[in-house]
Amino acid sequence: MGPGSGNGEGPPVKIGTPKETAPGENRVAMTPDSAKMLQKLGHDCLIEAGAGEKAGFLDDAYRDAGVTVVDGPDALWSEAEIIAMVRPPSEEQVNRLDETKTLISHFYPGSNEELMKLAASKGASVIAMDMIPRISRAQKMDALSSMANIAGYRAVIEAGNNFGRFFTGQVTAAGKVPPAKVLVVGAGVAGLAAIGTSTSLGAITYAFDVRPEVAEQVESMGAEFVYLDFEEEQADGSESGGYAKPSSPEFQEAQLAKFRELAPDMDIVITTALIPNREAPELWTEDMVKAMKPGSVIVDLAAERGGNCKMTVKDERVVTDNGVVIIGYTDFPSRMATQSSTLYATNVRHLMTDLTPEKDGAVNHDMEDDVIRGATIAHKGEVTFPPPAPKTQAIAAQKPKPKEKEKTPEEKRAEEMAAFKAQTRSQVTLLGVGGIAMLAVGLVAPPSFLQHFIVFVLAVFVGFQVIWNVAHSLHTPLMAVTNAISSIIILGALMQIGSGSFLVILLAALSVFMAAINIFGGFLVTRRMLAMFQKS
Amino acid sequence: MEFPFTTAAYVVAAVLFILSLGGLSGQESAKRAIWYGVVGMALAVLATLFGPGAGLWWLSILLIAAGAAIGVVVAKRVQMTEMPQLVAAMHSLVGLAAVFVGYNAHIEIGRVASLFAEAGVPFPLQDGLAAEALASAEAVSEQFRGFAALVAHKSQAEINVLRLELFLGVFIGAITFTGSVIAYGKLSGKVTSAATKLPGGHMLNAAAAGVSLICLFWYFGTGGFFPLFLMTLCALFIGYHLIMGIGGADMPVVVSMLNSYSGWAAAAIGFSLSNDLLITVGALVGSSGAILSYIMCKAMNRSFVSVILGGFGGAQGEQQAVEGEQVAIDADGVAQALEEADSVVIVPGYGMAVAQAQNNVAELTKRLRAQGKEVRFAIHPVAGRLPGHMNVLLAEAKVPYDIVLEMEEINDDFPDTDVVIIIGSNDIVNPAAQDDPNSPIAGMPVLEVWKAKNVFVSKRGQGTGYSGIENPLFFKDNTRMFYGDAKKSLDDLLQKIS
Repeated sequence: MGPGSGNGEGPPVKIGTPKETAPGENRVAMTPDSAKMLQKLGHDCLIEAGAGEKAGFLDDAYRDAGVTVVDGPDALWSEAEIIAMVRPPSEEQVNRLDETKTLISHFYPGSNEELMKLAASKGASVIAMDMIPRISRAQKMDALSSMANIAGYRAVIEAGNNFGRFFTGQVTAAGKVPPAKVLVVGAGVAGLAAIGTSTSLGAITYAFDVRPEVAEQVESMGAEFVYLDFEEEQADGSESGGYAKPSSPEFQEAQLAKFRELAPDMDIVITTALIPNREAPELWTEDMVKAMKPGSVIVDLAAERGGNCKMTVKDERVVTDNGVVIIGYTDFPSRMATQSSTLYATNVRHLMTDLTPEKDGAVNHDMEDDVIRGATIAHKGEVTFPPPAPKTQAIAAQKPKPKEKEKTPEEKRAEEMAAFKAQTRSQVTLLGVGGIAMLAVGLVAPPSFLQHFIVFVLAVFVGFQVIWNVAHSLHTPLMAVTNAISSIIILGALMQIGSGSFLVILLAALSVFMAAINIFGGFLVTRRMLAMFQKS
Repeated sequence: MEFPFTTAAYVVAAVLFILSLGGLSGQESAKRAIWYGVVGMALAVLATLFGPGAGLWWLSILLIAAGAAIGVVVAKRVQMTEMPQLVAAMHSLVGLAAVFVGYNAHIEIGRVASLFAEAGVPFPLQDGLAAEALASAEAVSEQFRGFAALVAHKSQAEINVLRLELFLGVFIGAITFTGSVIAYGKLSGKVTSAATKLPGGHMLNAAAAGVSLICLFWYFGTGGFFPLFLMTLCALFIGYHLIMGIGGADMPVVVSMLNSYSGWAAAAIGFSLSNDLLITVGALVGSSGAILSYIMCKAMNRSFVSVILGGFGGAQGEQQAVEGEQVAIDADGVAQALEEADSVVIVPGYGMAVAQAQNNVAELTKRLRAQGKEVRFAIHPVAGRLPGHMNVLLAEAKVPYDIVLEMEEINDDFPDTDVVIIIGSNDIVNPAAQDDPNSPIAGMPVLEVWKAKNVFVSKRGQGTGYSGIENPLFFKDNTRMFYGDAKKSLDDLLQKIS
């Protein structure tokens, strides 16, 4: 931990970003924009000269943003207390850590155990960006998702670069062009991004995932979900929920059979299938590649973990004997360094916001916080990986849904029955009370009154029934029309105007006059209002 | 009504009126429905003119023509924004007419009774009278025409019921009259819209109602004019005081409630005149108004009783204090945000009606739609001062009705909306209704505009809405205040948007 951690005293914490040392890595963990925001949190920012160059951020731009540009990694590592990087640190870099320093970077602690132990032994805190828990609060710092998004987009672009035709179908004077057919296997973040890019370029896009519940997401992106002829197993998959898991041999069989059937038709195949902590499953077999048309393109986003296609060569573009291009690059985000740096720097900045709750430049490494605890793999000399299960479950929000569905048939009927019974009860009570009241009236009132009373009750009933259906937007016309109609009182006045008494005639005449105003005014105004309603 | 033609015409008219109300379920069928109402009314009036009891045709027709002329002029001249006032004013006419007709019934009873007395026959007629008494009664009855003739044949029980009915008719009519006049005053700004009560509050109303009840028994006992008159004064006071005690924000419910009252008054008068059509139509109007009030109260999550008794029910505990500040923005900023937005939702309120800004809103909508943006309107059930008020104004400005959505239809879409423009509405977009259990409007369904990415509020100043409640929406991070008269503000905005 750096000085000043946990309290508001001491000088502001210095956040530094070195130049990435991995070959071919173009990204940078701090941009001028993110630096400005970091400074608003009360931090000072440092950057190694030339660090942002490959991502399109020049040193001058950093200087303009108030960042101190230092020469060489030595100066940076000695001055900065928090080091933000993209790639996992090298052993040399880990050796530069000490108990005053915090490292923020990708780490892959599961496969980099030695390095993690070394970092812990140095007493440094390490926050692994790839360990940010996938809960909604932490989405703004979820670097894996933001990088996967870019990878999915870039995979389609790379495929297009290697594909000899249009994505979209066109009918031109020079002939008809069929649209490209794209299959995306695995509908995670990268898969969905690929689907979106592909459909917006105009290709006919198909998508497959072992979790049939993502079919809705796939279809919302404009692609067609490929269903297997394997009802039973798919239903089981929906219950498991959450992440992809290894599937049964029968299921895999059905899945491969489906792919085999699709292979000859597909122009571009993008595979993104990964199962956490396992080698990538083989989904696109050699015979499928052979069945594809020459000039077709396969982009294997799982190349890092051995590839979904066994013919994939990591970090290379290979052309098979039958002319199918297989792309195994693993550096898609780095190929869009400006975009990915911007997003990654923002993820880091959000993380720093959570680490600096008071916005006073004092870092509070709160190990009680689910997100920070989950991502921290080394703290105060100890390895803190793997983290305990977070208090907030990532899948918790999704689980209640299937449960509700399960209980529907019987419970729903029971609820309906209960509602129906309650309604019946209240109606019967009302009718009973009403009936008794009617009888009571009938005992005292003269028959001529009762005749009219029946008419009255029926009219009230009709009124109740009719008005429920009136559209909300027509409530004002309804009022105007009922207002006009209520001037039916004119009948009463008309019946009395023939009387012999002068006073009666006068009052009746006044009533006729007023009611007439109301009749004409009311109807005309209503008509005016209604005439204005028009469709677009 | 032993006149077959009249009765037949009444049946047809009643059916037409029902169809007329039922037809309002959709915009298109509504245009037809209004003609059902017109024809039904014409039939009813003609049938009554030709039916028994009517006289002085020329005077009647002349008066109808004069009323028609005024009605037509008013209907043509009135601005759509003044619609609530107009409806309220018209209700007062119906109320007053009901009072007059009720008085006439009373006078006729008195006249018949006095003539019977002159002839030496007891009134009302009793069983077991000598033959000659009956004959002379018949002779007296012969003099009467119309309603008086009807009265002359009634028995004691019938006369009692008749008195009860006309008493009720006058009572409701009088409340409707003063209530509507006050509602008109409040809606047109001639009377302060704040809820004001005389010292004594509801006790005064209860006292007036109690006096009226005593008058009822008194009137039953004596049949004299004074108790009727005293009751009328009480009813007029109740109408005045009841509506004075209700704030401007509740006026939609009040107008609809008065509408209902005018119907009940007509029905009561129908009973006393033994006219089935009056009863039918009065009951139709009465029940429809009651339902409408109920629907609106439900939309505000208020009990009908608490609205009628005036003002908001007493809030329990402290209201949450609102923190932060309101950040202003100018037309340039709003224009830029609109430029970048794909989906826009406009939430109009009473402020739009006051500023007469609906045409500017329509123009803005047209331009944004021409740029391919999705523009929709979110209408809260109680926006404005009359149910459906906003729909009518937008329709007047030729905003297509299929982009004008109700609260339930659009509330789920706010998280995906880029820009929400609030024009002169306040309480209906107040998040306190959901967040603050101590807020006076807690539990009232509101438009969840704060979930949108940007919210712009066009508002005259920093004041509160009709309910007088601070609105935390205005202090939210994604809210910007676009101060100024709505019409003026939109004029400025339109200059920046092509």
